[in-house]
Amino acid sequence: MSDLTATAPGRAAPRMAGRVKAAIILFILFALMPPLASALDDPFYVLIGTRILAYAIAALALDLILGYGAMVSFGHAAYLGFGSYAVAILSSYGINDLGLQLLFGITLSAVFALITGAISLRTQGVYFIMITLAFGQMAFFFFISLSAYGGDDGYGLSERSTLMGIDILQSDFGLYYVTLALLIAMFVLCHRIVMSRFGRVLTGIRENPTRMEAIGYSPFRYQLTAFIISGCITSVAGVLLANQAQFVSPAFMSWHRSGELIVMVVLGGVGTLTGPIGGAVAALLLEEWLGALSEHWRLWFGIFLVLMVLFSPRGITGVLERMGIVRTRQ
Amino acid sequence: MTGLDVKNLSKSFGALKVTDDVSLRVEPGEVHAIIGPNGAGKTTLISQLSGQLASDAGSVSIGDRDITHLSMPERVKLGLARSFQITSILPGFTALENVALAVQARRGSSFRFFGNVAGEAELNEAAMSALAEAGLDDRAEVLAKSLSHGEHRRLELAIALATDPKVLLLDEPLAGVGGEDAEAFVSRLQTFKGRFTMVLIEHDMDAVFALADRVSVLVYGKLIATGKPEDVRSDPAVRAAYLGEEEVA
Amino acid sequence: MMNLFVLQLLNGVQLGVLLFLIAAGLTLVFGIMDVINLAHGVLYMVGAYLIATFAAATGNFWWGLLLMLPAAVLVGMVLEFVVMRRLYARSHLDQVLATFGLVMIASEAVKMIWGTSPLSVPMPEILSGAVPLMGPLKYPVYRIAVIVAGLAVAVGLFVLVNYTRVGMLLRAGATNRSTVSALGVDINRLFSVVFTLGAVLACLAGALVAPILSVDTGMGESVLILTFVVVVIGGIGSIKGAFLGALLVAIVDTVGGVFGPIWLRQILDPAAAGQVGRVLGPMLVYILMAVILFAKPAGLFGRRA
Repeated sequence: MSDLTATAPGRAAPRMAGRVKAAIILFILFALMPPLASALDDPFYVLIGTRILAYAIAALALDLILGYGAMVSFGHAAYLGFGSYAVAILSSYGINDLGLQLLFGITLSAVFALITGAISLRTQGVYFIMITLAFGQMAFFFFISLSAYGGDDGYGLSERSTLMGIDILQSDFGLYYVTLALLIAMFVLCHRIVMSRFGRVLTGIRENPTRMEAIGYSPFRYQLTAFIISGCITSVAGVLLANQAQFVSPAFMSWHRSGELIVMVVLGGVGTLTGPIGGAVAALLLEEWLGALSEHWRLWFGIFLVLMVLFSPRGITGVLERMGIVRTRQ
Repeated sequence: MTGLDVKNLSKSFGALKVTDDVSLRVEPGEVHAIIGPNGAGKTTLISQLSGQLASDAGSVSIGDRDITHLSMPERVKLGLARSFQITSILPGFTALENVALAVQARRGSSFRFFGNVAGEAELNEAAMSALAEAGLDDRAEVLAKSLSHGEHRRLELAIALATDPKVLLLDEPLAGVGGEDAEAFVSRLQTFKGRFTMVLIEHDMDAVFALADRVSVLVYGKLIATGKPEDVRSDPAVRAAYLGEEEVA
Repeated sequence: MMNLFVLQLLNGVQLGVLLFLIAAGLTLVFGIMDVINLAHGVLYMVGAYLIATFAAATGNFWWGLLLMLPAAVLVGMVLEFVVMRRLYARSHLDQVLATFGLVMIASEAVKMIWGTSPLSVPMPEILSGAVPLMGPLKYPVYRIAVIVAGLAVAVGLFVLVNYTRVGMLLRAGATNRSTVSALGVDINRLFSVVFTLGAVLACLAGALVAPILSVDTGMGESVLILTFVVVVIGGIGSIKGAFLGALLVAIVDTVGGVFGPIWLRQILDPAAAGQVGRVLGPMLVYILMAVILFAKPAGLFGRRA
């Protein structure tokens, strides 16, 4: 991933341009993947690819607040859940339109993010991490107790969503390219936000909240807005994951998922937008690879994480700090 | 032109009275210096005036507006700006971006999610002129963390100017600046006289006497004297408080 | 109805006492070291597995408990020395990642060592059976013993924190870390002691609960989040807060879970009450947390927001 993130410190704009180029290269590679997979006669890769792209959307969304707003949300898997259950709930009422499902998932997420964000953002640091974790868990238990949708066992979807009446998502290829299109759209959206007036305020609050107050900004409003946007984008990933698996379950929103999303963002590079997309690819491929090697892949993944933090000098954050991307406390 | 009116302001940390019933009227357009020995509570007072610290009792108004219960951002919007004693900037932003953010806070909405902020001429031009007034326009594109100490002090000033203040609270603007740089800084501040009201905390007595219309002396949280610089200088109570410190002599 | 309420209340107190044992260590670690430790729930699980192993090997619960304690000390010290010590000065993000890694390692290692099927720990002979409580109501002796043991530890901890030199340092450290270093105390040693103490308490909680729960690999997870809620509600760094928070959370969890739907039936029709109640029950704790934090962002006894 280092080629994506190891750009020299300097002005924000050129640094950004490099990352956009890296993202474009990634998107082209993603677009070329399905024909390659079918040439290799292994279309199963297309389904795995869809999963990776969906998680890339979630990692991108998390980076918007973690990287640009220094908000370590440990409850982001909840929004994957809202997205996927939006599909399940609407489809149980016979509504299969992707657009409506996205709208429903985004609305649920916005409401949840508004309420939980407003409470969590009154605190900082360790508090914020634990409270977002607890609220994520609250959503988890909410869906476990929804017995109409299978509770613990989850809920199977008889068919995938339709896009404006067309069943383009029925084929794995169609789903893959729609997911890629949404990933690109979300990347453009996040990139525009980061470069905008709002983005500059958000980044300023990350760097020095007191200074921002002293020039007339109330951090809370901007952080909460970013928190809601991030939750909404994450729910888009949830809608796509439900379609990919044709199944939804509370397992989508366990706190392990939230942790994995953070791992993806950090692995790719905090506060780079492009990095977390690569991070999602790397983390999920590592999972697949370790999973194929050993049934105890979690052990190896855990060891990898601990070593990565302990033995890169001053941690991953330290590496990024030297690159001028993030600022640690004190 | 707007003045600043402080009535019976108090603040305690535990049993320690850091600000003890301070009343002070700063006239519109005046440069009012607050001096006092270390630990007198000068920075605490500035923090209370700017809204960073809540007061236990008393009131603060600018013009006719009571701002005692307003937050720091709300006070800034009404024209009360502050600079920090210890440089407080956005290290990963360029000097221009630091100042442009301050301009943005008072121009249009910051809830704009599209449009490249770096290309907004409206913000950049205003920011450049604030930088020029602080004498930092030639360093506009440099990351704030790469600037020298003296440049940081000027950036602090530029940011405060960019908020378009009616009343500017300057917390030791000359901290750590010496010699010719200090002189240049003082004459720069002199050019702002009459443009807005200034409350100045400063240890450098040459600067205080060069700039201030009136001086107040703060000792252990209490104002013990207020008056013209010459009068304060010869006030026996002030001399007693400063006993052993040679700056006033 | 009254009987059911008393029964659930006692169950709530019993859970609360256990949560307190786990939360006490966690809140000190958070408060004094400003370190977030996701792996704390793992220690609770390890305590249960340790007693299961030792009790099976010796054929006796008490020997199991006795052997578990030094093993728990060892686990805590090794964890502190190998990983936690290197995280104190790091950003919260690094701490989250490393301890998240530890959770993965520990739960997988437990699966590899003890397998995935749940273990059980036999209840000690002397504490089996039930005592009559009121009317026809009986309550298991073991659960009462857990409450008593937990309260005893709580009292011991209270004395330690309030009336000893180490306790004074802990309280000072939770408020202001630089004070403690200014007193010339080896802060690293203090950290090790606190972390190990917290680890032992969490292991103890796991060991105590082992005879009444099945010991499995998921047991650390659910407890971890509840413990976080306890710490957040009580206020980071406050033992008193952890104690009240633990009782509050546990009682709301057990009593509210059962009685929430029953009470709802008074205001809603039964079908709707059943629906809402099923959803509301497990969420009551989080709603409680939200309400408390909305009023007091630093928790009930927290100093720092």
